[in-house]
Amino acid sequence: MFRADSLYQAVLNTQNMEQLQNFGLLVYYLSQGVGVTLGVTVIALSTGMVFGTILGIMRVYGGPVLGGFAATYSMVIRGIPVIVVLFILFFVIAQFINLSPFLAGAIALGIASSAYQSEIFRGAIMAVPPGQMMAARAIGMSRLKAISFVILPQAFRLAIPPWSNEAAIVLKDSSLVYVLGVPEILRRAQYVSARTHEPFIAFAAAALLYFVLTFLTNRGLDVLERRYRLQM
Amino acid sequence: MADRPIVRIEELHKTYGETEVLKGISVAVQEQEVVVIIGPSGTGKSTMLRCINLLTRPDKGRIWLEEQEITDPHTDVNKIRQRIGMVFQDFNLFNHLTALGNVTIGLTKVLGMKKREAEEKGMWELERVGLIDKAQSYPAQLSGGQKQRVAIARALGMDPHVMLFDEPTSALDPELIGEVLTVMQKLAREGMTMLVVTHEMGFAREVSDRIIFMEHGVIVEDGPPKKLFHDPEHKRTREFLWKITELYGKDEAETA
Repeated sequence: MFRADSLYQAVLNTQNMEQLQNFGLLVYYLSQGVGVTLGVTVIALSTGMVFGTILGIMRVYGGPVLGGFAATYSMVIRGIPVIVVLFILFFVIAQFINLSPFLAGAIALGIASSAYQSEIFRGAIMAVPPGQMMAARAIGMSRLKAISFVILPQAFRLAIPPWSNEAAIVLKDSSLVYVLGVPEILRRAQYVSARTHEPFIAFAAAALLYFVLTFLTNRGLDVLERRYRLQM
Repeated sequence: MADRPIVRIEELHKTYGETEVLKGISVAVQEQEVVVIIGPSGTGKSTMLRCINLLTRPDKGRIWLEEQEITDPHTDVNKIRQRIGMVFQDFNLFNHLTALGNVTIGLTKVLGMKKREAEEKGMWELERVGLIDKAQSYPAQLSGGQKQRVAIARALGMDPHVMLFDEPTSALDPELIGEVLTVMQKLAREGMTMLVVTHEMGFAREVSDRIIFMEHGVIVEDGPPKKLFHDPEHKRTREFLWKITELYGKDEAETA
């Protein structure tokens, strides 16, 4: 039932599976899925950030209608397992546009993440002191300008620590798109496991790769956090 | 002083919930006039100030800025506020921007100035408040007095026709108050029209042209400082001034 693309098939066929019992080669083989994993993660996080920011703004400044919509959206999405969101959206999106499993999976993860990110940005926006908005309006900024040039730049800085956590979660959740046949790390590990009957080695190698990626992501964001720490 | 009101307020009312904070305030401020508003806390001084630049919407009454009625529902509030500088008690500097950035953001994003032009003007405004060497400092790196002077520079950058000061020195350590008052005094000398809510009686006595004493949402007394300090019409004004000068420096009251 999986629609593995032809390139993926070609890669698999040229591999000598016996060699994969060598752990180094195994990691090398899996690491070819790192690009896909990172691709899914980056697209999901960016999609989630764009919508999460808009929803977060709606929550704080949107009034009862827009704010209520954003709150409901967040509540519903967060009340459903990510994999169920993934399935629903994959089959819904596939009905309207012909998207690759890669893109459909990434966007679906992004939509799930947008609900979580909207909570992060809502909290961060509310953590910006109210006097900032007042001062921005007092020099003649419209509400939209005040949000864009005064509130959001500060909210984004405040959001970095919780956002790093969300980035790590999405990175790991990107493994879920394996169910759509996307050749990322886990999908490759599963394939190796089936061929070599060495599930422990295959999944341990996948675990190692995920750990390294998550570790590096967190360290990278730590640097960003220190660089842009906001003192009030 | 020409009879040309910059701000004119007529029968201003404001109610928060059950509490009527302003019960019909009428005041006119002439060009270049420095008006100090005093009174016990919770009597609507700040609310009145905030009504003037519409940060607070009055329930009733009308306000004119120069020839324009700003309480007209069709008024573009963003345009109005560009002509009114506001300085807050707790500074409210933009925390993510340098001192210079705080002054230039209004110039570039509101007035649409080019970045270089805005920076030139920004540096000039910082010089006016004596902080040119702090241009690249962030608010967290500045003292309270320096923050407030940057906030004044930020307001001045928009070339306001009138400046509103909402207890500008109340959040400052005593030794930092002087530097802010000096800047304000300089502005007054340069002919800036100013409305100042403050408890600084020295400033009121030396710099203001008029003192307004407010209590319970009404103006109790309005007159030149000499008159209020020496021969107030109302007993309540005398009591209040006596109390506040006792708190904030007795000699000032005696020499006034």
